Amino acid sequence: MMNSATMLENQLKYVNKAFWRNPASAFFTFSFPLMFLVIFTSLLGHHSISPQRGITVDVSTYYVASMAAYAVITACYNNIAIGLAIQRDSGVLKRTRGTPIPSGVFILGRLIHALFVAVILVVITAAYGKFFYHASLPTGTPLVEFLIMLLVGTLTFCALGFAITCVIPNADAAPAVVNASILPLLFLSGVFIPITSTAPSWLIWIGRIFPVRHFVLGMDAGFVGTTFNWMDVLIVAAWGLGAFLLSYRFFTWEPKR
Amino acid sequence: MDSRHSGIAISVKGLKKSYGKNAALRGVDLEIRQGEIFALLGPNGAGKTTFVEILEGFRRRDGGEVSVLGIDPDHQPMALKTQIGIVLQSTGMDRYLNVAETVKMYSNYYPHPRPVDEILALVGLDAKRNERVLRLSGGQQRRLDVAIALAGNPDLLFLDEPTTGFDPSARREVWEVIKNLRALGKTVVLTTHFMDEAQYLADRLAIIANGHIVAEGNPETLAGRDRMLATVHFSLPEGVTPPPQLEVTTKVGTAFEVKTTKVTQDLYELTSWALGASVDLVDLRVDRPTLEDVYLELTAVGAVSGSKEEK
Ligand SMILES: Nc1ncnc2c1ncn2[C@@H]1O[C@H](COP(=O)(O)OP(=O)(O)O)[C@@H](O)[C@H]1O
Ligand SMILES: [Mg+2]
Repeated sequence: MMNSATMLENQLKYVNKAFWRNPASAFFTFSFPLMFLVIFTSLLGHHSISPQRGITVDVSTYYVASMAAYAVITACYNNIAIGLAIQRDSGVLKRTRGTPIPSGVFILGRLIHALFVAVILVVITAAYGKFFYHASLPTGTPLVEFLIMLLVGTLTFCALGFAITCVIPNADAAPAVVNASILPLLFLSGVFIPITSTAPSWLIWIGRIFPVRHFVLGMDAGFVGTTFNWMDVLIVAAWGLGAFLLSYRFFTWEPKR
Repeated sequence: MDSRHSGIAISVKGLKKSYGKNAALRGVDLEIRQGEIFALLGPNGAGKTTFVEILEGFRRRDGGEVSVLGIDPDHQPMALKTQIGIVLQSTGMDRYLNVAETVKMYSNYYPHPRPVDEILALVGLDAKRNERVLRLSGGQQRRLDVAIALAGNPDLLFLDEPTTGFDPSARREVWEVIKNLRALGKTVVLTTHFMDEAQYLADRLAIIANGHIVAEGNPETLAGRDRMLATVHFSLPEGVTPPPQLEVTTKVGTAFEVKTTKVTQDLYELTSWALGASVDLVDLRVDRPTLEDVYLELTAVGAVSGSKEEK
């Protein structure tokens, strides 16, 4: 009997092949965040910004952190939600359900692959910042904290990706539902435009409720040197757990009628 | 009783399934033997997909007994999945993998897969092994569906409307692949709403309409088709009447019809009389009901109350 580990390894191989050969996923998931990174840093790189009292950094460094966070979110949330909605609509999921592969192995294959893509993107982003803008990279304790936030964030945004597929009606609607749910939050969480102390408090509060802001703060702590806060990790993890439970309950393998 | 030794692959008794108030299966009894190609023939909405998807373990039944290879799909879905191959009515695959990769990926899910090269040869896709799925024609994709269903080397295959929506040449391609499965000794359960498909492929078939099995048998004798009344048609010159021994059923102008169970004798009476009277039997022909006639009659709206006992 083929054991689950071998099955998972094989599954990863094919998920990976299909990912890179699909122009939409390779472009929107992979190239998009890197393109934004280049645009933002080139446009605003030599201004400076104070994300926390007493700390002033180049905008480029700030964007290295933000775009790393953005890359993780597209690799996990967008990629999984849109990819699964398409697979569900076209009947791939139902077909898979009719074979003996355990659902856990199938889901884990998607999750580990998303994590792999996310890590590559973060490494490229960091290397780009280091090489072109001398952005500082985390070492020592901040590195460990950063890696923990990265792992928790990856898992959470994957879980949110699984959860949102439960409300996506069909493959055509998937990009719209995914973007409508994440884009406003990216803006409210300071991913594209830094949130300064003059921002209205309602906006800051909305950001505080959702996981994106807390994830970004954790990534900032690694690159920018702001204070690392375990509360951010906890809030992101709580969202992940909630999303996991919802998808466990409501995920369907068959196309919605 | 262990069904493996009885030659019965599938046994279904009193199977019922409703969606809300809409009853899709109203007590279906059916036995499917090992090694046969069995067709479930019926119009859209008859309950074909509901039936096969209950057997495959995708849907739960409301009542009745189901045994597939000795397994109850509701109780041991995993054991069942390793032993069957499924071609769903509408299916998709990852479009960016190639043909050989796709079959290999699925064969990794099974304990005793069939070698990929063998499968590709069986479905006639060996020349396309390196082609991406998105570049395959409809017929080729359907053959790839069958290839995937064969990945785990199952004894039993389900094909839900394998040729619906295809042009005649693609249908032929798929038919030949299904014919090949018989030579491998596989049991095949296919659903279709094409009579010619059932007639060409099936060893036995059942007609389903509105959640009932309305007839069951082999394509030649289904619903007593071979024993049903034949009709002798002929026309006579103006003013000539046929011999009195013939019981004419209808007469329109100079055209006559005789419905009969004793065709040979009636033809003898008619032709010997005609020879003696030097009458030319214009248009003489004998008709038997076709599978299509039987099918249309059995699945006509209002015919559903008829059970399978009716002749
Ligand atoms: N998932 C479902 N939910 C509600 N009704 C369904 C569902 N699947 C089938 N039906 C209904 O059950 C009946 C039988 O459908 P189906 O089994 O798909 O027939 P067939 O495959 O012969 O076309 C139809 O009236 C159909 O509308
Ligand atoms: Mg159907």
